[in-house]
Amino acid sequence: MTSSNPRADGDALAGHVRDVFRVDVSTAMGRCTACGRTMAVTEMRVFDHAPGVVARCPACDQVLLRLVHGPGRNWLDLRGLTYLQLPVGDET
Amino acid sequence: MSTVSRGFRGRRRPSAELPPGQYLVEDFPVLSAGPTPSIDPHDWEFTITNETGDQQRWDWDSFRALPSERVTVDLHCVTHWSKLATAWEGVSLDTLLEQVQTSAGFALAESYGGYTTNLPLEDLTDHKAWIAYRFDGQELAAEHGGPARLLVPHLYFWKSAKWVRGVRLLDQDEPGFWESLGYHNYGDPWQEQRFWGD
Repeated sequence: MTSSNPRADGDALAGHVRDVFRVDVSTAMGRCTACGRTMAVTEMRVFDHAPGVVARCPACDQVLLRLVHGPGRNWLDLRGLTYLQLPVGDET
Repeated sequence: MSTVSRGFRGRRRPSAELPPGQYLVEDFPVLSAGPTPSIDPHDWEFTITNETGDQQRWDWDSFRALPSERVTVDLHCVTHWSKLATAWEGVSLDTLLEQVQTSAGFALAESYGGYTTNLPLEDLTDHKAWIAYRFDGQELAAEHGGPARLLVPHLYFWKSAKWVRGVRLLDQDEPGFWESLGYHNYGDPWQEQRFWGD
């Protein structure tokens, strides 16, 4: 049976996500949803002496990313980023 | 635990017993999710907005003219440190809420810089919470939340919002900055309510 339904199962999604987060984000670029500034991850202002990690825009202080490490779980909020551009290796 | 005095009655040393998972510190660690705002008291204001939108507003002078209380309380941070017998001075939320009509069940504290934290309104009443402006006999330093911070010592210290600028009273609970990303909605240190599901 064939189907045009584009949905895949959760395992497939997990694989995609796992692949993404294995990438070294130190060379990634992101865009602030508030002021539109595009910046490297290394340019973000990071506050990690806190209950979680908070990355803010160096131009407008908008919260770009929040990450909380809990026992057996992590929570990640990227709502302050329009996108995160992640480089991938050349497969040639 | 906390002790409350409306004058000089001396400081009672609280029990050395700590909530589960906590260790004792003698310094005062500074935790922050953002840059420390510089707030001139002349520009400072504090508001309480009820569930119908009615708002009470205090500027620095009118706030400082309110009756204050001196309290000695233990602090318990969700990052596992506890600091005992800290001395504060501030205005009880009971005093501030006397001027507010509400039947709301929840509160959301909002800070300069955008931080928020939520709690049931009953946790702000009955001498359990203050807007504190002095610590250890000195005006509250900016790094610790000055000119004024919320002080709710019976809950984990992230609930004691630094640089507080207002409280919104709500019919429906609204998770705050950390409560919306894994941290417990209530945060009782004695129940070790650190994360969702604890």
